Amino acid sequence: MRLLTREALLSFRRAPLLSTLSITTIAFSLFTLGLFGLVAINLREALRGIEERVEIVAFVLRGTPAETITLATQDIAAFPEVQDVSFVSEAQALERARLELVEFRDAYRDLQANPLPASMEVRMKEGFRQSASVERVAERIRGFAFVDDVRYGRDWVQRLDQLRNVTGLVGLVIGLAFAAVAVVIIGVTIRLTILQRAREISIMRLVGATNWFVRGPFLLEGALKGLLGGFLSLALCYAGFRLFRDTTGGPFAGLVFFRPEHMLVIVVFGVLLGLGGSLVSVGRHLRNV
Amino acid sequence: MIRFSHVYKSYPNGALALKDISFRVGKGEFVFLTGHSGAGKSTILKLLFAEQKPTSGEVRVSGYNVSALRVDEVPKLRRRLGIVFQDFRLLEDRTAGENIAFALEVIGARRDTIAARVTRVLTQVGLSAKSRAYPRELSGGEQQRVAIARALVNDPAILVADEPTGNLDERATRGVFQLLRDINTGGTVVVMATHDLDLVRQTPYRTIELRDGSVVYDTAVDETEATEVS
Repeated sequence: MRLLTREALLSFRRAPLLSTLSITTIAFSLFTLGLFGLVAINLREALRGIEERVEIVAFVLRGTPAETITLATQDIAAFPEVQDVSFVSEAQALERARLELVEFRDAYRDLQANPLPASMEVRMKEGFRQSASVERVAERIRGFAFVDDVRYGRDWVQRLDQLRNVTGLVGLVIGLAFAAVAVVIIGVTIRLTILQRAREISIMRLVGATNWFVRGPFLLEGALKGLLGGFLSLALCYAGFRLFRDTTGGPFAGLVFFRPEHMLVIVVFGVLLGLGGSLVSVGRHLRNV
Repeated sequence: MIRFSHVYKSYPNGALALKDISFRVGKGEFVFLTGHSGAGKSTILKLLFAEQKPTSGEVRVSGYNVSALRVDEVPKLRRRLGIVFQDFRLLEDRTAGENIAFALEVIGARRDTIAARVTRVLTQVGLSAKSRAYPRELSGGEQQRVAIARALVNDPAILVADEPTGNLDERATRGVFQLLRDINTGGTVVVMATHDLDLVRQTPYRTIELRDGSVVYDTAVDETEATEVS
């Protein structure tokens, strides 16, 4: 084991420039993934807040009997996607408008008749707040004969959904492109190490070192570079995050950083990248030594 | 210890390196493989330490069937062999002692035994004083002794030597050859490829002569036959 580690570390000394290059490439690949990951995480956090307020408002035709509405309310509340339904009568709607729309208080006070319709407000259960579920429930509510119109924030729910997906996807694509470059560079570094050490490797084999013993140092070298790259990328992400949060402030003050499990995933991914690059290179080049 | 039965070896380009080679080497033997370059000496040695596999026929070495050897069995076979080359194959950035220790380290030998074993083989090859010398500080003969010490450190059953004196002057050649004889006296089988016919003629050892990939002469067989006829 000591020999294994020593051999693996030796390559850092033998090819410091290439080693640094491979670590930096891995770090940049993960940094890119990480940045987009941060945006996606924070969008999700923001969306969660907004989504809790996602509701469907069904306006009820004037003159609908109270018992019909009560029955319908119970019916809708039984939908699997629905958290609760509340009925807002015409009078309540007017009261609320007077309280909330201060600018129009006078206009509402002078009204002879109440122009506001009664409505049912439907709140969705968590997990059903994406646009598809909301739209499905809205369509079913629209099916009730006494429902005049159904409104819900379809557009912006959809747009936020899309934004989150696009952010994730862009991050993934760019990150994977960097990852591919990292794998190639690690492969080249390992190949150079193999060529440098060809004599040593052939002697190891002649005296009966096992295949895994010969490969071990190279795989460890790759994994170590991946590990270092992973940590470096986290440091870069954190620096970028702090810089952004502290300089912008205001609405961005509540931005969140990765949770420990996210960081673990990033570092493990780095190790896998390093290991993958060296595995490919070792498989291809060790045979020719 | 070694048995070749109707061994053929051809290379991907179609060249036939060995044609119907059969011979046996028993315990304690010292065998010369002679012949011009390209006669097939090195190919036979490569088959011995499973660097290559025969195209057809069977090669058995120290209980292993090289013809059907799995990849993970190759190291096991090699740990029973000591291999020495004309060009010594020492690591330039390690001392004589470290070169020998390396052979033990890479097969996972216990660390506390390594130093003692290295000292033992260095003494055996007459270089106990040069343990800390780098290869470039040693003469050719001394470098080959280090290589032989490295081959011996695992107590091999068979020592395979490919032109071990090919790069040495006459004096060094005699020294290295005497060392190989001593090793053989200790019970280790020695198979030595050489084209140094003077060396071969001076000694009573068995000689297998190859020409164009075939055995043209084997003292063990031919002399027995000669005795039987007379």
